[in-house]
Amino acid sequence: MSSSLSSGSNRIAGKGRLTPAKTVRFTFDGQNLTGLEGDTLASALLANGIHLVGRSFKYHRPRGILSAGSEEPNALVDIERDKARRQPNVRATVQEIYDGLKAKSQNRWPSLTFDVGSVNDLFSPMLPAGFYYKTFMWPKFAWKSIYEPKIRAAAGLGVVPGEADTDRYANRFAHCDLLVVGGGAAGLAAALGAAETGAKVILCDEQPEMGGALRYESGVTIDGLDAYAWAEATAARLRNMSNVTVLSRTTAFGYYAQNFVGLVERISDHLSRPAADMPRERLWQVRARKVVLATGAIERHMVFANNDRPGIMLASAARLFLNHHGVAVGRKVGVYTANDSAYAAAIDLKRAGIDIPVIVDTRDNPASPVVEEARALGIEVLAGHAVFSAGGKRRVSSIQVKPNKGGGNERRITVDALIMSAGWTPSVHLFSQSRGKVAWDAANERFLPGDHAQDCVSVGACNGTDDLQATLDEALSAVAASGTRLAASGGSGWVGGMVGSAPGAGADTTVKAFVDFQNDVTAKDVRLAVREGMHSIEHVKRFTTNGMATDQGKTSNMHGLAIAAEALGKPIPAVGLTTFRAPFTPVTFGSIVNNARHGLFDPTRRTPIHAWHAAQGAPFEDVGQWKRAWYYPQAGEDMHAAINRECVAVRNHAGIFDASTLGKIEVVGPDAAKFLELLYTNPWEKLGVGRCRYGIMLREDGFIYDDGVVGRLAEDRFHVTTTTGGAPRVMHHMEDYLQTEFPHLDVWLTSTTEQWAVIAVQGPKARQIIAPLVEGIDLSNEAMPHMSVREGRICGVPTRLFRMSFTGEAGYEINVPADYGQAVWEAVHAAGKPLGLTPYGTEAMHILRAEKGYIIVGQDTDGTVTPHDAGLSWAIGKNKTDYVGIRGLLRRDLVAPGRKQLVGLRTKNPRTVLEEGAQIVANPNQPVPMTMIGHVTSSYWSENCGRSIALALVVDGTKRMGETLYVPMPDGVIEVEVTGTVFFDEKGERLNG
Amino acid sequence: MADMSSATRLHPLRADRQSGRTVSVTPAGDATRISLRARPDAVAKLSRLLGLSLPTRPKSTAVAKDGRAALWLGPDEWLLIDAPDSDVAAVLARADVLHSAVDVSHRNVGIIVSGEGADRTISGGCPQDLSLAAFPVGAASRTVLGKIEVIVWRTGEDSFRIECWRSFSEYAYSFLQESAKDCGI
Repeated sequence: MSSSLSSGSNRIAGKGRLTPAKTVRFTFDGQNLTGLEGDTLASALLANGIHLVGRSFKYHRPRGILSAGSEEPNALVDIERDKARRQPNVRATVQEIYDGLKAKSQNRWPSLTFDVGSVNDLFSPMLPAGFYYKTFMWPKFAWKSIYEPKIRAAAGLGVVPGEADTDRYANRFAHCDLLVVGGGAAGLAAALGAAETGAKVILCDEQPEMGGALRYESGVTIDGLDAYAWAEATAARLRNMSNVTVLSRTTAFGYYAQNFVGLVERISDHLSRPAADMPRERLWQVRARKVVLATGAIERHMVFANNDRPGIMLASAARLFLNHHGVAVGRKVGVYTANDSAYAAAIDLKRAGIDIPVIVDTRDNPASPVVEEARALGIEVLAGHAVFSAGGKRRVSSIQVKPNKGGGNERRITVDALIMSAGWTPSVHLFSQSRGKVAWDAANERFLPGDHAQDCVSVGACNGTDDLQATLDEALSAVAASGTRLAASGGSGWVGGMVGSAPGAGADTTVKAFVDFQNDVTAKDVRLAVREGMHSIEHVKRFTTNGMATDQGKTSNMHGLAIAAEALGKPIPAVGLTTFRAPFTPVTFGSIVNNARHGLFDPTRRTPIHAWHAAQGAPFEDVGQWKRAWYYPQAGEDMHAAINRECVAVRNHAGIFDASTLGKIEVVGPDAAKFLELLYTNPWEKLGVGRCRYGIMLREDGFIYDDGVVGRLAEDRFHVTTTTGGAPRVMHHMEDYLQTEFPHLDVWLTSTTEQWAVIAVQGPKARQIIAPLVEGIDLSNEAMPHMSVREGRICGVPTRLFRMSFTGEAGYEINVPADYGQAVWEAVHAAGKPLGLTPYGTEAMHILRAEKGYIIVGQDTDGTVTPHDAGLSWAIGKNKTDYVGIRGLLRRDLVAPGRKQLVGLRTKNPRTVLEEGAQIVANPNQPVPMTMIGHVTSSYWSENCGRSIALALVVDGTKRMGETLYVPMPDGVIEVEVTGTVFFDEKGERLNG
Repeated sequence: MADMSSATRLHPLRADRQSGRTVSVTPAGDATRISLRARPDAVAKLSRLLGLSLPTRPKSTAVAKDGRAALWLGPDEWLLIDAPDSDVAAVLARADVLHSAVDVSHRNVGIIVSGEGADRTISGGCPQDLSLAAFPVGAASRTVLGKIEVIVWRTGEDSFRIECWRSFSEYAYSFLQESAKDCGI
């Protein structure tokens, strides 16, 4: 056991850039460990000699750390700050450690070292690719009841948190001349070149520090400085420029149309104690004139038997752990490569005092300065050889090496780590997301950016430019940098590489040579897919799930493609590349949702009188985004009692109702009446100033779109009301017709829904109650009859006073400027209370209008109901020659018999209240399914009628008056009688009271 | 007999909340607002009556000496903002050119966002480019903030007036408060 203050036994003194004194304590599976500030969880675990960090998805094989970046397919862990802030599937190679970090391994039970699920590995011959498509086909019923639930329980990686996330997430829209994605040599050069021309630049990189590959390169200089020091200095310089925004820990995850790029900035995931109001992440929605993609390249692993053993990793990762974090990944590190860059890693390790027993190179004659340098350091280079298998289970312990071509003697070499490189895959993900077309570079077996679809340019390794000086020149020229010149020296060329399975894992073998570590896909699985008839790479991908894990196959796509191409006997470009989709790396729901949580999830619209309703204890009904007072329960009352009381009070005395949410549109201009003639079925030209009319608006197809009362305030000014829910769409409907069909009319529309608070006072005592408060308006029946509007003052403030009714009682709707709404409501309420004035909510409003047979558009109509069907033929101007829907109403099916018409229903038992939506039949003795002839649209208990009432749409309803129909329900058939739609005050005398 | 002058205004927002470290978000005072619609041939006459030159280019505003402002919202649409006791409605009623003037004083609510980072605060929910080059002092635009429609008017390098409909003001106010918190970091 090392001392608790040691930051790990594999920390190499004098190596890396972390400060030995700055120790950080963390736990992994409950084990207390110490790392250094600046460590990732991966580097800190490796420093402590821990390679085994998880179990694989399907076979539960022990897995270690493959990479040192966001491409990591293996080292996925669970990070927990507290119960609510726990995140599964965090890549240990991305997560920075902080004091108190708690990490846990996943997909193992009971423990990481002894995992019951690993029996899957033994049964793996029975679990080939696509096994679930075949194995669980029979019997059919078992899929839903047995197979799917079992598979779902066994599958999946990580456990979702059980509590709501308490973190905050922010959002920022940003615009720039140039967005540079990637802060390596290419990205820094491009950002610097552009910034010096004065351009507005945003530079982002997913790592905590800029530098990219310069973080692990050695012996490289730029502008005479050590390359990483240059990167740090350049990043600092850029940060100080007012036209540059440098975003570290920021991933460009999605490239959308018109250079719109989504970034996620991780703000607090690396902090031990984030400030209370600090967002965890910030979503940046960037619109860039131009985008420079400097996304680098990702190293590929070698595909050979047991290449997934912990301790086997990418050569560049080992180099980063050494040169940046000061951590040796082993003490006896083997090297397996088809490429030069692994030599550089071997050389750095060797110089740090690590034993490099062998470099196994599949190439027959690797010839490059690094090869000679390795040999000069005394490292044995086995050219033309391959690693046929790795030994060891929870950590690699040996490699078996044979000549490529077979034959020869097999050697078993003891190692405690193996680093590998099959070459580099340019990161064309974002380029591809931008709808750019990739082109095949046959010489180097890689896809490179081809035709660009947007104003973006790829520079450096992601563009296939391997040489550092060429990269810098390319980056500067891409941004048309004027004065900036950068000179580089050193750097290992990335010559060589291979795609597909390595020797010993070919078509004639059955070894487990992993292509996709995260989804446990082997070379054998890809070949099976081809044998099963999958000839498109898209099908191979779905059959094997290769590249379909959260890493999106960053390390596996090219190998999978090459193996499939070989099996198909086709060249790689003929098999094609699967599509790259956003996000580049997984993005939290929190960052996408950002501010839209809790109170900001959706706007909650409250009326100007809301506070009064709330103070009365009224429950609220959601109507769209509006909160409307539902009813006003008094002590000891349940909902029904409260509603019955409110309904009776309105008819016996008076009620007061908040109708502020009604849509209002002011129609102004000399052609206002002409315009309304065209939008409504009713005639308007002859409506007198100061009078109102109930109007019906149709769609072109003749069906009812909306309704409402319209008042004429002047020859050229109308006050239109709409339903609450219809307000925005009616405004759009009217504006649409005005602009596209009737642009010759001199008329303008203004939404005034929110200008006016609307207080309905309804009932026999309505006039008596408001009269003392009103100035300048004669309220007498003669001066102000039903359906009229006057302007004057109430409670000292201006009002548009409507005499109108949605209850069947005489009544008024008092419109006052919104801020006065509550004060006027309170004054009216106080004046009316002694006379029995009772506040009523939306439920009572619904019942009162149903007692009168007044329809609610959207409840008693459903978009297939004409005015004739709804019994509103009287509202159609008989002499009108044009209005929206006039031709629709003449359609053959709209005038044919057999349409459903709105009728009233009375249950034979007056106490039975029908269910809204219930189906109606003529003969309940028919076998099921019966012939359904209609349905109930509105149904209530009416205290005023002393019985239940209902409205319904019934085939040929108006011809069925007095007929008995039936409503079959689960607990019996209900008998109903068809009646007219008016249940109360059939003659309508009360309106004029 | 009830007191005829008893109806008092109730603003939907209360200026009692903390803002960001450098940004303050506060409700604007009451104002007279008119939605003005007119065709190009009426602009000159209406401008004379109003005592300002009605802007005719997108994102532009005109402010008279007395503070009366006209914000361009569309090719035939302006929002006039004036003092609460303004006579602008009466002035327009006298205009004998074709136009539509509708009082929307109570329909809208104003919110003032000011201080260093005011632009970033609004950029938390508004996709417009609010840099001084693209959105200079005096620029105004009908746009979105989070899930609602707003008008953004830049009244100074570090100050903006947001106008939205009354029932959306609580959302706008809370949204800007939340966003302001992010801008001090």
